[in-house]
Amino acid sequence: MTYTVRSATVRFGDTLALQDVSLQIEPGSVVAVVGGDGAGKTTLLRTLVGEVQLEHGQVNAPPPWEIGYMPATAGSWASLTVEQNMDFVGGIYGLSGSALASRRDELLERASLEQTADRLASQLSGGMRRKLGFAMAMLHEPALLVLDEPSTGIDPVSRVDLWRLVSEAAAAGAAVVMSTTYLDEAERAGSLLALDGGQTLAKGTLGDVLGAFGGAITATATPRRREWAWRRGRAYHEYWPTLADLPLDACALTPDLEDVVVTLSMLKRHDKELAS
Amino acid sequence: MTQPGASEDRPRVLLAANRVSRKFGAFTAVDDVTLRVEAGEVVGLLGANGAGKTTLIRMLLGLLATSEGEVELFGSSPDREGRRRLGYTPQGLGLYRDLTVRENLAFSAQAYEVAVPELPEALRPVADRLIAELPLGLQRQLAFLSALAHSPEVLVMDEPTSGVDALARAALWDTIHEQAEKGVGVLVSTHNMAEAEQCDRLLLMSRARLVAQGSQADIIGSTTAVSVRTNDWARAFAVLNEAGQPVMLAGRDVRVADADPEQVRRVLSDGRVRADVSGIPATIEERMMVLSRASEEL
Repeated sequence: MTYTVRSATVRFGDTLALQDVSLQIEPGSVVAVVGGDGAGKTTLLRTLVGEVQLEHGQVNAPPPWEIGYMPATAGSWASLTVEQNMDFVGGIYGLSGSALASRRDELLERASLEQTADRLASQLSGGMRRKLGFAMAMLHEPALLVLDEPSTGIDPVSRVDLWRLVSEAAAAGAAVVMSTTYLDEAERAGSLLALDGGQTLAKGTLGDVLGAFGGAITATATPRRREWAWRRGRAYHEYWPTLADLPLDACALTPDLEDVVVTLSMLKRHDKELAS
Repeated sequence: MTQPGASEDRPRVLLAANRVSRKFGAFTAVDDVTLRVEAGEVVGLLGANGAGKTTLIRMLLGLLATSEGEVELFGSSPDREGRRRLGYTPQGLGLYRDLTVRENLAFSAQAYEVAVPELPEALRPVADRLIAELPLGLQRQLAFLSALAHSPEVLVMDEPTSGVDALARAALWDTIHEQAEKGVGVLVSTHNMAEAEQCDRLLLMSRARLVAQGSQADIIGSTTAVSVRTNDWARAFAVLNEAGQPVMLAGRDVRVADADPEQVRRVLSDGRVRADVSGIPATIEERMMVLSRASEEL
């Protein structure tokens, strides 16, 4: 069963939080929704969980008891222990006794949290708390996992652990959608949706997104058009609408996801300025 | 004998730690760390949480005494005078959320006894809005402006572009590189590999120690990873994960950090997975994983 959000438009008061955004999540795959603060990532994920009303569009998601949702905020109860958090959530989903205990212990072990079962959630490190939130969302073996910024602020080593858990869930057949502000995570997912100001910037597999990019990018120490250039280390990358626009002495490089997302954001801002 | 002008050619060290350690009771938070930040360079500090980065930065700023070793800020031990010549943006931004943009700037300018900086175009329309109401990208821009108002010679920044979109991050890094080109020494602590890529030099901490330093290419060195191209990533992932290989999802393929292609091939063929296996250069993240695992085994 493929889960979808089709042409979703969401408005909060005067703010258009999502504008005609579509998303498709296949079982056994990871989709990354990437963007900055205010891009609409959380709103989009909340449409899947049924927490947000659409002005237009349709959502096709499983019933709530088949969704595992990890919100961007804690996701666990600070004054309960790791084990109590798991048992509490298990109880909500009707798990009890040895079925709950064995599922709980297996998930805690996979998340390397088995040594901290008796610790209060408030005493866990940021990375551990995110892993606990993930284990809680996974407890009832959901068909759809919705993870809101699971890796924000956690260190690279914990991030690798978390990605292993996410990949294990998808490899076992779950449909996984996660939001992130990191472009390297979007590259790692099977497909991605880049959002900016509630609108779609790019979507598809990494290959689709790079392949659909029409412009050319050069690397240079002295950009010709500063407003279309940005830093990559000490050098600049500069955008040109077509290969024909390239200066004679410049050589186009193979753009990566960061080049494409920065350029599309610049073009969008440029269009908006022209329109106003 | 020193040649006249020779000192001009020598890089000017603005911030240095010489065999610095810090203990809290029996716990060693920072163990024998030596580093320097020169005028005009951007140095990135990477490491897991708990690796000792924050303790190290607090000692560099003179906010925490060392247990052993010396810290030098502008050639002497860090004091109030030194700190006046330094700009710092904490991860929490250090802005007053219930003050307006204009009030925040006035407050920090007064603390450093400098003129209130002019607002850049992006911040002008929100000059009288409370910080709490602003998007994160604008908050970060304001934090930069406040930290730079007194023309510091050293900038210390903790996750300076965390949470913002790619374009806002590019704009903030423009500012950081401009400062470096003016001769400011910059130390950036980060978890974001895109930020690490922006730095001239990286310092990698694990378990209280500095385990690697140099350019990104130096640190990755000859470390390789294994790329596994397959029609069935899920099965390849499951088989390699089961065999205890540090396997990662990579789009529709998988990668294994710090592995031998032959062994990966064997595990896959035992698990009856058809795949195209090849050795590729590791990423900085994979190198970090390898180094931190090695330091845990010590």
